[in-house]
Amino acid sequence: MYKLSGKLKLFSIVLMVLGLVGLTYGFLNTPKTVDDVKEILAAQNSHHEGESALSENDETHKEAFVDQARGEEGYAAAAMEQHEAQMDQEHHGNHLEHVLHQLQTKPWSATLVSAFFFFMIALGALVFYAIQYAAQAGWSPVLFRVMEGITSYLLPGSIIVVLLVILAGTHFYPWQNHELVAEDKILQGKSGFLNFPFFVIRAIVYLLGWNLYRYFSRKNSLNESATDLNPYRKNFKISVFFLIFFIITESLMSWDWFMSMTPHWYSTLFAWYVFASMFVSAITVIALVTIYLKSKGLVSFINDSHLHDLGKFMFAFSIFWTYLWFDQFMLIWYANMPEEVVYFVMRIQEYNLLFFGMLVLNFVFPILILMNSDFKRVPWFIVIAGIAILVGHYIDIYLLVMPSTVGVNYSFGITEIASIAFFLGLFIYVVGTGLSKVNLRPEGNPFIKESEHYHY
Amino acid sequence: MEESSKVVHAIYTDDDTLMSAVKKVKAEKYHIEEVFTPFPVHGLDKAMGLAPTRIAIASFLYGLTGLTVAILMMNYMMIEDWPQNIGGKPSFSYFHNMPAFIPIMFELTVFFAAHLMVITFYLRSKIWPFRKPQNPDPRTTDDHFLMEVAVDGNESELLKLLNGTGAVEVNLVDKAH
Repeated sequence: MYKLSGKLKLFSIVLMVLGLVGLTYGFLNTPKTVDDVKEILAAQNSHHEGESALSENDETHKEAFVDQARGEEGYAAAAMEQHEAQMDQEHHGNHLEHVLHQLQTKPWSATLVSAFFFFMIALGALVFYAIQYAAQAGWSPVLFRVMEGITSYLLPGSIIVVLLVILAGTHFYPWQNHELVAEDKILQGKSGFLNFPFFVIRAIVYLLGWNLYRYFSRKNSLNESATDLNPYRKNFKISVFFLIFFIITESLMSWDWFMSMTPHWYSTLFAWYVFASMFVSAITVIALVTIYLKSKGLVSFINDSHLHDLGKFMFAFSIFWTYLWFDQFMLIWYANMPEEVVYFVMRIQEYNLLFFGMLVLNFVFPILILMNSDFKRVPWFIVIAGIAILVGHYIDIYLLVMPSTVGVNYSFGITEIASIAFFLGLFIYVVGTGLSKVNLRPEGNPFIKESEHYHY
Repeated sequence: MEESSKVVHAIYTDDDTLMSAVKKVKAEKYHIEEVFTPFPVHGLDKAMGLAPTRIAIASFLYGLTGLTVAILMMNYMMIEDWPQNIGGKPSFSYFHNMPAFIPIMFELTVFFAAHLMVITFYLRSKIWPFRKPQNPDPRTTDDHFLMEVAVDGNESELLKLLNGTGAVEVNLVDKAH
């Protein structure tokens, strides 16, 4: 039986407190008026004086995103501009308004990135768990308590994420701005789907569906016994239905929460892409938590063949993620249609190092480290690959949110680090408590014997 | 020399019996020349103490070869030899146009890795068309397992050991004839 150690508890609470302080600082420190923005920009300009030749005639050139290849403002940005032109007829003030909006959005985005990152680990672990049940996998039942421990973060995590996307309003979602929609034929056409009440209803449906599955599957899983197969049968059934429900709601979720940040842009495999990110991070965390528990000597029934299998999943789904990343990128790059390519123009032009750097972390690193069969049995190899994958997928989520919401005005500072600290602390605390509730060895699962003797 | 050309063929009808026989013969330090089975017996290579295969390493290197071939080929054809403007694709450097090349890079990597690995397997296992079949007893392709043990010196003791391992048939065979 695992017990969340006092040290770890203290560590997670310190992380949460520091994170909260940092987040408060981030939210309080946003510029309130256009004049604040002017000051900030003046300070920035004095920093990079030599860099910009344009700053002489237009000191606001940096605030608005300009597609260098086409020499025009991106479509999504143009939609925002239109709105601000309404609000403020003066050209100069309009740009400043734009920057003000993005700077005010920054702490919101930083919070959502970390909140979603840790939430998606819990959700991905839940999906992995459901798949193991539905597939009647013989190798994995020894890992069920570990997975359930990780999914215990689902409830707090999903509530925070849903509150964030509902409360953020126009910080994230331009389509929630009525003046903007009134000006914009495209957004009017999408308003049947992208309207606030329906958005909230959908978010609540996802929240309920995911958490109800987690609640009942955990309950059944704990009720499993050698004499009564009913809880197991029930779990099998609800896992199948959850997987159907999940794949629909996951698609809708990624359209709702991420794709609608750039409401003029669309991509059909976007939801799969978000799912791949979610799934590989979750499997990585399952492997890392298992290694941690094993190092404490608490899960002697988990052998290195189980670790080997998790390593294979990390390896395979890293490649799967890359495949989807490249599919989406290459199809859009190849056709180069203006309404689609705007998504990547921003990311390549302004986020170049992050955008291609995450490919190294998410693809090159895992493929080279985890290809060798022997390495997948060595815990520290899995840990190194796992850290690279998690950092890479944090960047991936960062790149889903930041370019769409704050555009060129991104940075990695106190707010971002604080939000990571807060949610990491919460994650450790909740998962640690979740793991310490019951014995880590699942008794009574019909496959537990096979699983314990699993040997690859 | 006459003695060394003699082998004993011990025939089994069950893979579990075969496994325990292999372990027993190994423990007695006899040299197992070969084991013929109708299907893969899990763990047999470990029991016989065979070295692990290196074919995966070979395959990885073949894959790298394929990747290099793809890159050099397309860099020469599309960028160096005749950098045409085809539908506005940027053929200024390999990296400018790389997304369009990746499907071919991927396929050639897989192609080289797979085919050269299979050919390596054929060469190393000495399998080719019209090769004379090597099995000493046609029953080993159906439902019998055959262990071939070299005879060195003490014939009767080896026969006694093999008879005690559950063999249905033990034959002394002179390979020289």
